[in-house]
Order: sequence, then structure tokens, then C-alpha cells
Amino acid sequence: MAPKTLYDKIWDAHVAHQGDDGTCLLYIDRHLVHEVTSPQAFEGLRMSGRKVRAPEKTIAVPDHNVPTTLDRLKGIDNEESRIQVEALDKNAREFGVVYYPVDDIRQGIVHIIGPEQGWTLPGMTIVCGDSHTATHGAFGALAHGIGTSEVEHVLATQTLIQKKSKNMRVEITGKLSKGVTAKDITLAVIGETGTAGGTGYVIEYCGEAIRSLSMEGRMTICNMAIEGGARAGLIAPDEITFNYCEGRPNAPTGRLWNAAVKYWRTLFSDDKAHFDKTITLKGEDIAPVVTWGTSPEDVLPITAIVPAAKDFNGGKVNAAQRSLDYMGLTPGTPLQDVEIDAVFIGSCTNGRIEDLRAAAEIVKGKKVQDGLIAMVVPGSGLVRLQAEEEGLAEIFKQAGFEWRLAGCSMCLGMNPDQLGPQVRCASTSNRNFEGRQGRGSRTHLMSPAMAAAAAVTGKLTDVRELM
Amino acid sequence: MEKFEKMTAIAAPMPLINIDTDMIIPKQFLKTIKRSGLGVSAFHEMRYHMDGTENPEFVLNQDAYRNANILVAGDNFGCGSSREHAPWALLDFGVRCVISTSFADIFYNNCFKNGILPVIVTDEELNLLMQDAEKGSNARMVIDLESQLIKTSDGQIINFDVDQHRKHCLINGLDDIGLTMEKVASIDMFEKQMATNAPWV
Ligand code: SF4
Repeated sequence: MAPKTLYDKIWDAHVAHQGDDGTCLLYIDRHLVHEVTSPQAFEGLRMSGRKVRAPEKTIAVPDHNVPTTLDRLKGIDNEESRIQVEALDKNAREFGVVYYPVDDIRQGIVHIIGPEQGWTLPGMTIVCGDSHTATHGAFGALAHGIGTSEVEHVLATQTLIQKKSKNMRVEITGKLSKGVTAKDITLAVIGETGTAGGTGYVIEYCGEAIRSLSMEGRMTICNMAIEGGARAGLIAPDEITFNYCEGRPNAPTGRLWNAAVKYWRTLFSDDKAHFDKTITLKGEDIAPVVTWGTSPEDVLPITAIVPAAKDFNGGKVNAAQRSLDYMGLTPGTPLQDVEIDAVFIGSCTNGRIEDLRAAAEIVKGKKVQDGLIAMVVPGSGLVRLQAEEEGLAEIFKQAGFEWRLAGCSMCLGMNPDQLGPQVRCASTSNRNFEGRQGRGSRTHLMSPAMAAAAAVTGKLTDVRELM
Repeated sequence: MEKFEKMTAIAAPMPLINIDTDMIIPKQFLKTIKRSGLGVSAFHEMRYHMDGTENPEFVLNQDAYRNANILVAGDNFGCGSSREHAPWALLDFGVRCVISTSFADIFYNNCFKNGILPVIVTDEELNLLMQDAEKGSNARMVIDLESQLIKTSDGQIINFDVDQHRKHCLINGLDDIGLTMEKVASIDMFEKQMATNAPWV
């Protein structure tokens, strides 16, 4: 048999029908649904008299619009947000899909609760009307974002019309230095490939530095595959993966568990498997990084200076100038001199327990700089609970952070958590696009530890100096 | 879905790379539960000042381009969020065709599902089309999907590639779900096999 990549194996195991032109119907094992990209899809079903084909494989949760303040059960003030959450509530109940409403402790960001509840397992195909579905690739599952028309297609048929992508391999060799985390790796990779470098590919991340990451770290890596243009990122499952999955509410047990693990152990890229593109970075060469511009590819080590537009070529010259103007940065300024106004720790990139531990470790016994907006938004109700039990919540609160309820929050500010114009934010989210965290707001992406360091000093900071 | 046949229309130049879906339709407009009505909000932050008045510098606010049905844009158009609101907003504005040197995957896909034709051209071809688009409203481009060609206002021809299945669906206005439903027997069979091979799923 010809050697296969991990992607090839999962793909082949899910083709329900193949057309003459190579177009496939890919069977979908898990369909995650949130309130923003689903109302038009459910409406489409209703209008055509169709049902959800596999409601037991469809998991719905409101996350983008929900307030994260403690009084949120009183209801949502913004009328449009409220209508959208109510629409999900109605659709989930009417079509009988698995549902975690706002008042359920298990509610949270869709990409955090899928793994947490054991819906996400190795070898699966997983889709969601959300580009950061790539997150679930950390389990060796083929997971990617889809549009609303496709959401409707999956609801109705449990399949997706797909053409196969190409294979790309991103290898991170060796060990990470002190202060360097999964977020730094994934940002460094995008800095290397550019935001279009992965377009048309599924990326498999491998190498010693990846293998030694926890599941939380691996999810951070795959989460941002889409920022590199790849629809999906993958990491082959191993003991770390199996340990994470075992005992989760929807993971198999007993005999089924053993059978599953036996199969999952076959999920890796064969020795001579063909990759269309390979990129290798040395773990030792990666420094704690931040973004300076308005594209996730605008990545620099924290020790660098703000670049000038003329440092770039082609279309990037204009884009860089536009970014610098938008971000209000002067070329030549050391990044560590850039003062910030806000800190956001959360999102599906970095809202898991390990992220909160890393941030708490830095802020412990210290204070957030006066006048900063600083909030920690756990990725799920259960992450929040665990952080409270571990004493992390107390550390954050004593340092001066707001301690919020779970949701997407200031990652994109569809709920009231938004930044004003020109407000500069150290953020653990995944996109620094213009207006992402509020119209005119300025986002610097970084790891939780780096964001925590920035909160303490009030500037972009090299976390290594606080360790 | 509306059929896409041949169109002769005004093309607006947007020579910026990495135009992301947050730019095409910012988040505050994602709260709708409908598909229509997003056209006035397309490119909102570039198109309007903070006080809601139009920014005259933005191309679609210039008289020559208010009725543009084609966009000619820089590389990596549609990157970022998977929101289908982006093609809905373009469509509602009247855009039926976007031309660029490359598109982000999900956006590219979403276009076809909504009757918008994304066309990929080379750098040189994009330069040529950009110059043509800059001529304003008297310069109309022809997009002929059947023959897979673009004709500039001065008669130059550029051929393009398109997936044949997608072309077929676009030309005939076919809905994917209906087509897939015809293959329901394959899906049933697949589910049966899965129940034996991977009962834990
Ligand atoms: S946390 Fe941010 S990136 Fe993740 S799903 Fe929510 S809005 Fe999207």
C-alpha cells in the first residue's frame, strides 16, 4: 500500500461518495454549532422541510454574543444579540440537537467545550461554522471551518462536498527556550509562511517541540492554522492525547475505548508519505513574540523594533504602512517601549486552564498597572470552576484583573466587551485585524504569559525578565 | 441561488492585499438572522466615517463605482473569519464577481454557494485588470463564465480556470443540498459501515 499522511488516512476513512471529477462527499462525525453562523442555516432547513440528519452528532452552544459579566442570566441587553441567542435556543430544542445553554456550567467557547466534553476524538471529521474549528486538529481529527450554506448542508446530510487539499508539514525540532510557549510557535510559523502560505493545504505539525506539548498547547497551535491560510492543522495522536480523552463525558469506555485506542494508534503519517511542502523551524530559535501590525503574519520577537514600510516588498509595502498608521506606531521604536491600555486573556486560542496557570504564575503577588483595562475570560464554565478551585481566580482578582464568565468576549467584541478607538490591547486571541476588538482598537497578539507580563508593567514586555 | 451567466459591468479597483472578512463585513453586522440587507454595511469601516457619513476616498463611494458589480482586488482576498456574511454583503451590494491573484479557501468556497464568481488571475493579469477598472464607469468588463474569459473594456481577453462542478452549479443556479440528497443511499451505507468499524464515534 502506498504510504499515506495522517490527513490522507482520515480523509480516506470518511469518503461516503466520490464523483467522477474527484469531488467527494465527506462524512462528518461531529458538527459544532454556535449562534452567529447558524440561524440562516436552520431557517433554510425549515423552509425546505428538512430535518437534522444526525442530531446526536450536532452540538450547539451560544458563545460569541453572550455577556461575560456575572449578571448575565438577567438577560442580554443588546436586542440583536439576544435575538441571535434566542434563535439558537429555539433551533437547538426544535431540531433536537445536543445543547449547552447559557446557564449550563458546561457552556463555553465552542472549540473549548468540544474537547472538554469528549466530543472531539482522534480520527474524526469535525466541522463548525467558524474558522477556528482548526483547533480540534490537535487530537488528530480533521477539523475545519465552513460557511453557513455548508452548515445547512451538514445539518441536512451529515456530509460536506469537498475536494482534497494538499499536504504540508511543519516541523518544530528540538526544545523550547524559557518563556516560549505554543502561542509563540504558532505565531512564529505564520510569521514564516505568511497568512496565505497555507492556503490550499492541510498542515501537519510535528517534531520534538510539538510532541512535548500538552493537549492545551497543541490546541493553541492548531487553532491558528487558519491564520496561516490552512483550513486545518493536525497533530498525530499519542499517549498525551489518549490520556486527555479518557474519562471525558462523551468518550467511549470499556471495550469500545480499547478498540478506539487501537485504531487511533494507526493515525500517523507513514515514513515515506508525500508532503507537497515542508517547513522546519528550530524550537531553540523561537523567542517570545508579539505582533506589531494588523495581520497575524506581522510577527516579531519582543526584543525587536517596530519595522518600517520600506523593509517590505510588493503589496506588503502599502499594507505595512497602513498597519503602522492604524496601530499608531513609529518605525524604529523598541517594541518593549510600546505602552498598552488593555489586556485580554481568553479566547479559543488561549482560554484553557493551562493558559490561565501560565498567566497567573506571572501576575502572582503583583499588580496590574493603574488605569489598565484587564480581564481574564475563561474559555468555559468548567475552566472557570477549575481555575477557582486551583486558586488562580484569586490571584487574578488580587492583581486587579476582572474575572469573567465564559465566552468569546473581547476576542471579537460581539458582546459588550469591546475596546474604544486607539485603545491598545495586549491580547491572547488570534486576530489583530483592523477593528477586531472594537472599531479603531489596536491589538497585539501574544501568549498568556506575555499578556500577563504586559499587564504588570503596562508595556509590551519580555516575559523572560519577570521569570 | 441566482444563475450566473454572462455579465457586462463596472469593476471597482481595490488594490489592497489581505482584505479580510472583518473588513468586508465587521462583526456588529453579524447579529442578523437573515441573509439579506447587509449591502449597506459592506466595507463599513472603510466606507463610513465614525459619524456615519461617507468617506469620499473609498472607491465604492465614488460616483463612478457606486454601481460596480465586479471587484478587482489584491492578493489573499477574503482571509480570516469564515463568516458567510461576507459574500452575502457583497452580493447584497451587487457584487457578482471578484477578481484577485488568490483567495482564502473558505471565502472562495462561500462565494460559489451564493452565486458569486471568484476568479483567480496572475499578477500581470491583475495589473492589467486593475488599470482597466481604474478607468471608471465608462469602462465595462465582460465576465463570461461559459467561455471562462474576461474581456477588458478595450477588448483584451484573459482566460481563467474554474472547477467544472462549481461552474455547472453556478450557471444553472443549482443548490448543493438537493444534489447531495440524491446520493442519500451512499450516506446510509457509509453510516452502516461506521457503526461496525468505529462504533465509538
Ligand atoms: S474565541 Fe474568538 S476566534 Fe474563538 S470562536 Fe470565539 S470569536 Fe472566534
